[in-house]
Amino acid sequence: MDTTDLLEIAERERAARTPRRLRCCTAAGCLSQNGQALKAALIEAVKTAGLTDSVEVVGVGCMGLCSQGPLVQVDPDGPLYEKVTPDQAPAIVAALNEPSAPADDVRVGDPTHPFFAKQVPVVLQNSGKINPERIESYIEVGGYQALCTAVREMQPLEVCELITASGLRGRGGAGYPTGLKWSTVAKTESDRKFVVCNADEGDPGAFMDRSVLESDPHRIIEGMAIAAYAVGASQGFVYVRGEYPLAISRLKTAISQARRLGVLGAGVFETRFDFRVDIRIGAGAFVCGEETALMRSIEGHRGTPRPRPPFPAAKGLWGCPTLINNVETLANIPAIVANGPEWFAGLGTGKSAGTKVFALAGKIKNTGLIEVPMGTTLRTIVEEMGGGVPGGGSVKAVQTGGPSGGCIPAEHLDTPVDYESLAQLGSIMGSGGMIVMDESDNMVDVARFFMEFCMDESCGKCVPCRAGTVQIHHLLTKLRSGKGTARDLDVLRELCEMVKQTSLCGLGQSAPNPVLSTLRYFHNEYDTLLNDPMTPATKPLQTSTETR
Amino acid sequence: MTPVAVPEVTVPKEPSSRAAPRADNRLKMLEATMKRHQYQADALIEVLHTAQELFGCLEDDMLTHVARSLKVPPSRVYGVATFYHFFTLKPHGEHTCVVCMGTACYVKGAAALVSAIEDLAGIKAGETTPDGKLSLITARCLGACGIAPAVVLDGEVLGYETPESLCNRVKGWLT
Repeated sequence: MDTTDLLEIAERERAARTPRRLRCCTAAGCLSQNGQALKAALIEAVKTAGLTDSVEVVGVGCMGLCSQGPLVQVDPDGPLYEKVTPDQAPAIVAALNEPSAPADDVRVGDPTHPFFAKQVPVVLQNSGKINPERIESYIEVGGYQALCTAVREMQPLEVCELITASGLRGRGGAGYPTGLKWSTVAKTESDRKFVVCNADEGDPGAFMDRSVLESDPHRIIEGMAIAAYAVGASQGFVYVRGEYPLAISRLKTAISQARRLGVLGAGVFETRFDFRVDIRIGAGAFVCGEETALMRSIEGHRGTPRPRPPFPAAKGLWGCPTLINNVETLANIPAIVANGPEWFAGLGTGKSAGTKVFALAGKIKNTGLIEVPMGTTLRTIVEEMGGGVPGGGSVKAVQTGGPSGGCIPAEHLDTPVDYESLAQLGSIMGSGGMIVMDESDNMVDVARFFMEFCMDESCGKCVPCRAGTVQIHHLLTKLRSGKGTARDLDVLRELCEMVKQTSLCGLGQSAPNPVLSTLRYFHNEYDTLLNDPMTPATKPLQTSTETR
Repeated sequence: MTPVAVPEVTVPKEPSSRAAPRADNRLKMLEATMKRHQYQADALIEVLHTAQELFGCLEDDMLTHVARSLKVPPSRVYGVATFYHFFTLKPHGEHTCVVCMGTACYVKGAAALVSAIEDLAGIKAGETTPDGKLSLITARCLGACGIAPAVVLDGEVLGYETPESLCNRVKGWLT
């Protein structure tokens, strides 16, 4: 197996293509909108029309615009149909004869809309284009070329240097330089090393990793294999949430296909590099997204974190040096190796290179996945691409970073999205969930919602997090029911600082962020609760702080 | 599913009692999973996943069995089984209704869905109706934020639910 073989497979795949193809989204969002029945109806309609030789119906991954699903894209250069129902399938197939005119009565999407036009797909390059259940489909678009180049033509150290030069930073939230992490693991002497892909996407409101795993699983495997070669590991684990059954099954399929083709296993691409990947299925614990807790969980224990140092790069799984990267980080690797570090560094801003995938959800018209260069402003993302609040309301705040992040008020929408700018606003990049809130959302409720989450998810190992989150939640509940006093607010603030400073792991250290950021930007909503003790909890509050 | 034609049945249909005749077979499958992992203690979570998949829940006997097979203290098995939300020590009802309580679903009114079902079935979230017909469960985030609020009814993901539409779907299960 080498580059020529890969090219041959790609060539065969291209030759087997029918002149026209109907790409049908089969990721979780569209599947839950009757996507499977739609795909079956399209196949049936093609058969009835006698077009099986010239038209193929392909199940692909996420096309991004989940709110308009199920989506069907006609190739080449055909229209994108939105909200398609199975009974519209014959009309779509009939319209294939006249390429210029799309089918009547089926909604057609606008590819020039900012939602599509402003995207720069790197991680999502193949999402919605290839069949995630066939390795040949990935190879056809150049897949596994980067791995082949890396293991056959480069030294491990060179790969580390290449990633360092690209300026890639961890996409899991903290933004640690990936190249530096790789070099540290590579330099640590050990007989056994591990690579772990953190696919425990626990942030509520974030679904980028699920989508990448469902739409382009081979990309993750390739990224992991390159990482393993660079740091000298021969075993990898993908730690994936149990809540993502489709992602797990596609990943399993992908691993066995890669093994059969000689891309994984003993002697990757006929070199002396061995790499094996196993899946570990999470069992629903948010704290397992924290790397030391995740490793405990892989080892079959309760997922509780431990103090760092030693960092996983020195002492990780079973005491061996371990590289842990997030799904999106690993998904960037093949593209960086293929296109060079300069290309990647050219995207985004100086300190935050590349692109970032965001999951848009909440009170926003176009919910779904987008990938934009770092440094794009929140306004562009939310108002132009996302289409703003449905029904013409105005954006009140954007929540980034899930329970570890904060609420960014509308007056800061012109902030460019990069690691530093978001941190300055008291939020974090996080994994990329972006929840838009409008005037009807009460920010104290939002803070309480996140605190309830952290309270439930605290593993209980350290006291500040275990007891502190309960106390903060209690105070917020008291405030929300109109019984709070000004002194409670002071205690709340003090408690938040304490939990932040003294908790053992990232969960506790960042749990107060939603409270602190709402205290900072929506102080009046807290004050109103003090002044008007009879505010009913079910009714949205009218506040005087509205930003416009 | 065709209902069993025995009208005087009063015992709730629990996964454990229902599948008793096939118990041997399921134990064999569990054994195969443990064997594949060479009975290593590291595989505890995988083994518990399989056990729950086969038996519907993790009852005390099962936890003891797993502890003996993997040669780990029962306290560790119990500790792991109770740490993770995914594992349940009590059997679920015949039907399950999972309401996503992720942020996106929350801002789109998931709390109203939960209280609607709570009122309809007379149970709280996390409970099963006394006749074993329905379990109401809340989930952290299904990652289906694009179609919020999302629910999972007997494994089928549905989006854009309202309290009315959800109650209409669930009503039939309660009779």
